[in-house]
Amino acid sequence: MSGAFDWLFSSAQWSGVDGIPTRLAEHLYYSVVALLLAVVIAVPLGLLIGHTNRGGFLVVNLANAGRALPTTGVLLLVVVIVGIGFLPVVIPLMALAIPPILVNTYEGIRQVEPELVDASRGVGLRERQVLSKVEIPVALPLILLGIRTAALQIVSTATIAAFVGLGGLGRYIFDGLARQEYQTVIGGAILVVALALLTELLFVGVQRLLVSPGLRSR
Amino acid sequence: MSRVIRGAVVAVLALALLPACGGGGGSGSGKTVVVGSANFPENVLLAQIYAQALQAKDVTVDVKANIGARELIYKQIESGGLSVLPEYNGALLAYLDKTATATSTEDVNAALKAKLPAGLAILNSSKAEDKDALNVTRATADKYSLKTIEDLKAGAKDLILGGPPEFKTRQQGVVGLKDVYGLEFKEFRSLDTAGPVTVAALSKNDIQVANLFTTDPAIAVNNFVVLDDPKNLFSSQNVTPLINKAAVDSAAQTVLNNVSEKLDTPTLTQLMRQVAVDKKDPDTVAKNWLKSAGLV
Repeated sequence: MSGAFDWLFSSAQWSGVDGIPTRLAEHLYYSVVALLLAVVIAVPLGLLIGHTNRGGFLVVNLANAGRALPTTGVLLLVVVIVGIGFLPVVIPLMALAIPPILVNTYEGIRQVEPELVDASRGVGLRERQVLSKVEIPVALPLILLGIRTAALQIVSTATIAAFVGLGGLGRYIFDGLARQEYQTVIGGAILVVALALLTELLFVGVQRLLVSPGLRSR
Repeated sequence: MSRVIRGAVVAVLALALLPACGGGGGSGSGKTVVVGSANFPENVLLAQIYAQALQAKDVTVDVKANIGARELIYKQIESGGLSVLPEYNGALLAYLDKTATATSTEDVNAALKAKLPAGLAILNSSKAEDKDALNVTRATADKYSLKTIEDLKAGAKDLILGGPPEFKTRQQGVVGLKDVYGLEFKEFRSLDTAGPVTVAALSKNDIQVANLFTTDPAIAVNNFVVLDDPKNLFSSQNVTPLINKAAVDSAAQTVLNNVSEKLDTPTLTQLMRQVAVDKKDPDTVAKNWLKSAGLV
């Protein structure tokens, strides 16, 4: 364990292609791209089925079935089909992130009190405005929670990029295991945990900024 | 990785073999010879070949296939719990002597004989080798006219090499390729140990040179070209019977030497293809080959 900290704080680890800054940047790059793509797909879909209240059963069950997909299995499948590269890493990470975002968005919108929606229609808001001015703000804590869960899973799972020859913090874990340099494995794992905690903190901050003060106590 | 997958495949196959692992020594007055194997398909197949060849010569045999890693089974043969193991000479030497430098078959076997404890012995090595090798696609081989690792000299700077992570730092890998052959590749990609990722990366041309093992059925299936290693960078891994001398008499030793005589790398690759690709029972594959080789 102390070897792991020696490894973490030695100056050799903080520069070069295999240095921590490079690996951290790669890790963040895979994570951010996968999360953005998942948000772009899952949030509008969740809003649509939540607002219209149609197809929810089907979509939520499909999404939950998707949660059961083994990530390394998806990774290997895509590698066998398209070869190694960025795509095989992003697809399983997206598959991991879409279900919590989709389900939380859908549930968030669905659980907005019907009286509130009726009232907003009553005062003359259009459907689009009902969604953007009433339903989304009220559902925001749940939607953000979904994105936060997804982000956490992506950050901790992006280590699999190293399994198919890419970079990221997983490089330390896979290489360390293969070369029996266990201080590198532990050092890499500590970095992943630290990054996951930072991600969590970031989302707590975002939630404070975005959620309407009236909803915070919930 | 591939060992793990192979191991999983064999775990299933091993269930089929369980009846054979029951109480031995039911008949005959001679001592029971216990043939063991490590937990990957090729080793299980070799154990079946040894066992059936011995049975055909009226030796009472008990098979304990698919036991585990070398650390485990070596201790068993040392203590007499096992009598015969299909071994790979280079890997066994590396296990017994971490600083060993021998790479040719003769040197490895000489070093092995010096290192083995008095109760154990190796019999004749077969020509069959399951060793590290550099592989390219047929297209790459044609483009750079590659036959041996030496031929990579001109093209290496344009080519990406892929293999398991440890390949980058060990002598029998990137380090030795530079020291012994003077090769520096454009890049090294850390992939899996001759598993599906490496095979897919090579066949999709994401990497152009891959570290695979010589008996890997994927080589034949994908029409890859194995590059010769004229300077013996990669140590020999001849399939060689390791025996506990007290448990294997000279008649049984002759039987095992006869098997080694007939076994070579193309044969073993072909047999492995039947097991790994065609999903045949190792038991049946062993039986058919022994018959065709005239050993039973």
